[in-house]
Amino acid sequence: MQEHDMSWVRTEMTLAQPAPSSERGLTAWIRKNLIATTGDAILTIVGIALVAMILPQIVNWAFINAQWIGPDRSVCATVAQGGIQPDGWTGACWAFVNAKFGQFMFGTYPVEERWRPIVVAILFVALLVPLLIPRVPRKGLNAILLFLALPVVAFVLLVGGMFGLPHVETSRWGGLLVTLSLSFVGIAVSLPIGIVLALGRRSNMPIVKLLCVIFIETVRGIPLITVLFFASVMLPLFLPAGVSFDKFLRALIGVSLFAAAYMAEVVRGGLQAIPKGQYEGADSLGLSYWQKMGLVVMPQALKLVIPGIVNTFIGMFKDTSLVIVISMFDLLGIVKQNFSDANWATPQTARSGLVFAAFIFWLFCFGMSRYSMYTERRLDTGHKR
Amino acid sequence: MKHIAIGVLGAAAFGFAASAASAATLDDVKAKGFIQCGVSTGLAGFSAPDDKGEWQGIDADFCRAVAAAVFGDGTKVKFTPLSAKERFTALQSGEIDILSRNTTWTINRDTALGLNFVGTTYYDGQGFMINAKKLPGVNSALQLSGAAVCVQSGTTTELNLADYFKSNKMEYNPVVFEKLEEVNAAYDAGRCDVYTTDQSGLYGIRLTLGAPADHVVLPEIISKEPLGPAVRQGDDQWYHIVKWTYFALLDAEELGITKANVDEMKNSDSPEIKRVLGQEADTKIGTDLGVSNDWVVNIVKAVGNYGEMFERNVGSGSPLKIARGINALWTKGGLQYAPPIR
Repeated sequence: MQEHDMSWVRTEMTLAQPAPSSERGLTAWIRKNLIATTGDAILTIVGIALVAMILPQIVNWAFINAQWIGPDRSVCATVAQGGIQPDGWTGACWAFVNAKFGQFMFGTYPVEERWRPIVVAILFVALLVPLLIPRVPRKGLNAILLFLALPVVAFVLLVGGMFGLPHVETSRWGGLLVTLSLSFVGIAVSLPIGIVLALGRRSNMPIVKLLCVIFIETVRGIPLITVLFFASVMLPLFLPAGVSFDKFLRALIGVSLFAAAYMAEVVRGGLQAIPKGQYEGADSLGLSYWQKMGLVVMPQALKLVIPGIVNTFIGMFKDTSLVIVISMFDLLGIVKQNFSDANWATPQTARSGLVFAAFIFWLFCFGMSRYSMYTERRLDTGHKR
Repeated sequence: MKHIAIGVLGAAAFGFAASAASAATLDDVKAKGFIQCGVSTGLAGFSAPDDKGEWQGIDADFCRAVAAAVFGDGTKVKFTPLSAKERFTALQSGEIDILSRNTTWTINRDTALGLNFVGTTYYDGQGFMINAKKLPGVNSALQLSGAAVCVQSGTTTELNLADYFKSNKMEYNPVVFEKLEEVNAAYDAGRCDVYTTDQSGLYGIRLTLGAPADHVVLPEIISKEPLGPAVRQGDDQWYHIVKWTYFALLDAEELGITKANVDEMKNSDSPEIKRVLGQEADTKIGTDLGVSNDWVVNIVKAVGNYGEMFERNVGSGSPLKIARGINALWTKGGLQYAPPIR
């Protein structure tokens, strides 16, 4: 028996080798993502050139040359414009935002009463944050406090006129206070109403279905601006003298009903995506209509349409700026209103104010968007892409 | 069909205006303890919020003057910012007591809309601002033939502009924008040589330009825009209080009564000053009007006389630096003239 020399076959596995240097590290990343093809390379160069052109100017304008504090327009104007800056200076006028910050947050809410919206904001955050973090227990109690108790407390605190708190008319509210209270109420009211409308529209009961269809199609057929305008200009003429119902309340109702109609269609989209077998399965278990919807259909449907729901929320948050047509001043409205203050009129004022407003809007919208993505990932139990 | 609908709405509006007007505004105002004053949503020098969010400007101060006349306290005013579309409804429906919102006095507003204008607190008119670097040597609007003119679309400004150039047989290129901000930006960027809007507005816009010194407001005014406060029809007492508040501001300036010297002036030897300030024995001037006899003292203490109000808000004391011009007293060549208080 001849012994075979097997030495050319390896007897043990080689150790895992690192990927070749062309495939890892910064070089590989650059090669793969920035200069993979000639087209990519050209786009990269153009992109870098654009950033290099724009970014220094933005940084310069927003930070290096910016004026952070000052008593009036002189700090934000060049000598030729009647100020103290050297000719040719351009920079953000954050001094304007600084001087008007209280107004941008609270409108003309009396200064000595501004602790009230601040307390409401603290309560709101203290109740909202635990509700958003899945680990924190007692979600039910938390939700009841946020959606039932907080509105009552907020109403008492913000409006006043009881428990020794001076009354503050809603016409004095403004700025972020208006933006947030309109959108919070809009969001909190529109989702449940939207769900009910969506169920109603898919109902087998003809009258319920008809009413829901009429409401949804009517509201979706009219621009929000028209509804607000009608409520503000026409309504007072029809009401008897002295009976005026609060402008802010009118805006709240208008915005909420509006968002509810859009929400209904989003939710209906989710309902349609649930296979018939789910309904039938629930029926065969002997569940009632509300049990079937609440325990089987809705959890699946809502999960599917999270992007659509958040889209509606974000849209509504930004739509609150339309209340300017009825002379209520949300964040954007009050920023623009202050452009008319001659003590701050400079070429930089409008730019700085608008950039500030855009930043605040972006903060909130980006926050909502990120949280919705997190929720989508957490609830993703199937339907993987 | 559309016309019928408008007619019904109109009838409702005026039926309502009449019923609201039958109530005595003075009693209502006294009962609630403040005057509700309709102002603009922000116009530099007329009604604009300051750093504390308090409304400042000629229009806002006028309401303070009325509050001083009624209550002896210029702070008893609440301001309602109103858009141009909302302003008349707000007055007709009784939501506000005075409309003091850079509103032009026209016959249509006095008759069809059921308002009563009390006077002209600011004589405005459409004017021109030019870039003196691009149009050197131009010092009259009649030299503007062939110029590119920035104007806001859909306004009477645009129509007045067309009329003016046509009647003077001049050519021009309109550069038209929908939004005021766009017009400002286009003018600042040099897309047109001339900017036209109400003259008081031109001074505010000039402050936001990159090189204000290059821009000149031309002297010509091509339209009449008498701006003044208005009240509802059908309440003569309230109308008189507001109207005579305006006259008192003018008479105080004419007699040299200022915020600083009003207390000394009470002991003046001049019978006229004594009469105006309510220091005559057995005077009934104030009480006949429905206010206290020292109402003029209260007005001047709250906001100063008309001249002080003007200089503080739009004149030399403000960044706008508008000259008195036709808003000077009649004794100084202007149009501001008040009947005597006696």
